[in-house]
Amino acid sequence: MTAALIQYTLHLADDSLILGHRNSEWTGHGPILEQDIALSNIALDLIGQARNFYQYAAELSGTPVTEDQLAYLRDGWDFRNCLLVEQSNGDWAKTILRQFFFSAYQTSLYERLAQSRDKTLSAISAKSYKEGIYHLRWSSEWVIRLGDGTEESHTRMKNAVEELWKFTGELHTAAPYEEETAAKGTSPDLPTLRPLWEDKIKEVFDEAGIPYPPPTWMQTGGKEGRHTEQLGYVLAEMQFLQRAYPGCEW
Amino acid sequence: MAIENARDVYTRRMEGVSIWVVESKYIHASSPDDATAFYEPANDKVYRHPTFYDLPDELKHM
Repeated sequence: MTAALIQYTLHLADDSLILGHRNSEWTGHGPILEQDIALSNIALDLIGQARNFYQYAAELSGTPVTEDQLAYLRDGWDFRNCLLVEQSNGDWAKTILRQFFFSAYQTSLYERLAQSRDKTLSAISAKSYKEGIYHLRWSSEWVIRLGDGTEESHTRMKNAVEELWKFTGELHTAAPYEEETAAKGTSPDLPTLRPLWEDKIKEVFDEAGIPYPPPTWMQTGGKEGRHTEQLGYVLAEMQFLQRAYPGCEW
Repeated sequence: MAIENARDVYTRRMEGVSIWVVESKYIHASSPDDATAFYEPANDKVYRHPTFYDLPDELKHM
């Protein structure tokens, strides 16, 4: 069980870290000052969540491994994040939509994880849920603003849906370790969260004037370490310093 | 009247050179129901405060 719990905790940490890092790439490049700060804030929230989960995973492992080693010294195939969060930023519409898809999933997950039998996961989730609610609100409003905006913003949002939709199926497809933790009451049964997610997406897409995509083939594998080439770019930048100067602190 | 009240209360110590008055019906406020999502996440983020810089003793009034 501990092996599955460690994998699951790493999965939660990796989701937050990778999306946090992607968002942080916008720092200094946001379309206006307030949105630059907003997205940097979200990045910091997510990286903060990742730290909590990594610390717990390190503790569970019973080895002297640290949160920094888990973030900076594992290779791509060790990462358990879903494919959605590693996708490149693209334009503002794609970054917004990626956040919206993920936050809609993450808030419903954290809400249920707050009831987990695992006290640590429950405590981290209860705290992070409050952050996620704001991320979801912020990204929902931007999806509506762009979808219901100008012809160009509408087209960009539709293109973003086209690009990212195939990565949304994985959010609610349980990896083997998630099936194990769900069976123990540590994590929720993922497929049961799917209808909540779909309702939220439909509600916001409806207001944004974006058509809800028909059922289609979905890409999976990230949660078991089979990633798109995008993750390599994230790790190359994020891990460079610790790889080039092992143990460097400042 | 609001402008005069504001002038009498808030400009006594040369705090202001201009007063803006908005009718309360035009004010948009955050809902108290949103308070936890809006404000609590800031509680544990000490790194947002610029308190980690050592200031030289000669610097007064910071």
